[in-house]
Formats: sequence, C-alpha cells, structure tokens
Amino acid sequence: MKTIEDLKRLREQVQTQTRVRQESSKQIIVGMGTCGIAAGAREVMSAILDEIAKRRLEDVMVRQIGCIGVCEKEVLIDVVLPGQPRITYGRVTATDIPKIIVEHVIQGHIVKELVVGKITE
Amino acid sequence: MRELSLHILDLVQNAIEAGANKVLLDIVEDMSEMDTLLIRVIDNGQGMDDDTCQKVIDPFVTSRTTRRVGLGLPLIDMSTKRCAGYLTIVSTPGSGAVVEALYKHSHWDRPPLGNIVETVKSIIIAHPELNFSYSHTVEKNVFSMVTQELTEILGNISLTQPDVLIWLHEYLTQNVMNLYNSRNLYGGVQDENN
Repeated sequence: MKTIEDLKRLREQVQTQTRVRQESSKQIIVGMGTCGIAAGAREVMSAILDEIAKRRLEDVMVRQIGCIGVCEKEVLIDVVLPGQPRITYGRVTATDIPKIIVEHVIQGHIVKELVVGKITE
Repeated sequence: MRELSLHILDLVQNAIEAGANKVLLDIVEDMSEMDTLLIRVIDNGQGMDDDTCQKVIDPFVTSRTTRRVGLGLPLIDMSTKRCAGYLTIVSTPGSGAVVEALYKHSHWDRPPLGNIVETVKSIIIAHPELNFSYSHTVEKNVFSMVTQELTEILGNISLTQPDVLIWLHEYLTQNVMNLYNSRNLYGGVQDENN
C-alpha cells in the first residue's frame, strides 16, 4: 500500500540524485476541451505519462489546454522544445505516443506525418 | 462520452477556463439508502449570473470564441436526465460555481464511473498550481486528497518526475480500489473509441 510517507521518502531519494533541470524543460500540451476528451485525450495523456515513467524522462512538463477550435483534428498535442518552434500534432492516438516521445521529445526529430501546425515564437 | 469520469474531466476543465485556482471534486456513491451517484464540482472561478446558468445547458450557448456550439454541459444534462437524475448549476458572478450531477445509481442507463484514477491523475499533473481537492465516498468508505499536500512534500521536484508519477498512479489506484473493497465495481471502457 502506497502512502504519503512513501512520497516523503521518495522525495529524499530523488533530491539526492537531482541534477539541475526545470529551466531547460520540454513541454507537452494536451488539448482537453470537450472535443478532445470525447476523442480520447485522457487516454493520450495516460500514454504520455506512462512513457515518461517508463523511459525515465526527468525534464518533461505535461500541461493541458482547452479547445482551440480545430475540434475535427482532436486529439491535439503540442510539443515545445526549448528554442524551437511549437509543433502541433493532430488526430493523435495513444499508439502514436511512443513514436512522438522517442523521435521528437528525446531525439529532436519532428514526426512529420502527424504534424498539423507549427508556431514560431 | 461513455464514462462519468470523462464528464468530470470536462467539468474541471470548465472550472479552470472560468479562471478558478481552487476546485473541489466530490463523488458520493450511495448504493443502499438513496441509490444515488452524485458528482459535485465547486470552483472559485468568475461565476455566472442566473440567466447564464439557465442557458449553459443549451448546446448553442458557449463561452468559447472558437465556435458557437458547446456540448460539455448539455451532454451531462442529457445523461443525468435519462438516469432519473438532474444537473444543477448554482453560481453568482465573481464567486465561482457549484455544479451537481445526480444519477440513480442502479439505473440501467447510468454510464460507469470509469477510470477515475486517470481523470484525477490528469488533473493533478497538468495543473500542479491548481488547489485541487478530490473526495470520493462509496457507502461508508471515504478517500480524499489535495494536490497541495503533494506539492508541499515535493518542494522543487516536479509531479512528472518518473518515480513520483509511478507513486501517484499506485497511490490513487490502491485507494480507489479500497473504496470498492477491492472488487472491480469500477467498470468502464479502456479506450473511449474502440
């Protein structure tokens, strides 16, 4: 049985291994309006969190946003790597997530066939 | 939507879009006396006037500017009504809103609660700054937690740190299972689209 005490112990362990991070954090943003949720955004979110845990990615932040108006292309996820344009992927399913995480988030190569938009900031 | 927990995710997202930094989610399942399942979401967002409260269950009224149709609340309203229940929204401008969805627990048409663990996990992780509290009662069993308790323990460690993610998943799963005395009454589909 996991308890809050376990989390406190975990914190101590993690802190001793902690390297400097956060500042150069990568971001994944999942569209979670009614349209996104109905299209399976929660399953996509779960798949992302599973990959982060499995591949032990220490520098990825996961956020969610509401509807951005292209509901027909849900589930939408955005990947933002520091210093690079924001890439929007559309019609994403949980099975696409390992590919996006490995190729884009880890290796930095955009998964072109799933891209629906790009925002240069 | 096939699971009530997906509607819950939608309600919480509404609250956040209304500018809330504090959201309370209560789920109360009473299978014996009242035979009801109640979902209550209380937020401290911008709120709505009475007129708007009446109107939001109309699919052609929405606050969003990206299109003119909003389906979140109408879908919940519809699902409660077909299960001998109701949806109520009480709000005053400037002081948040209370949304309650009530279902007859044993109703044939009541969707399963579904994967509430993934719903709560998504909310906590994607909004670490949100003061989110989750309380779930099944008969006499109660589980409750607040995001702040976790973030205070973690300090500068992120909720997406891999070991923390695994802990959170197991912590929620085990506590929710305990609510049902480890029986899988919890139901629901694995994948919304298949």
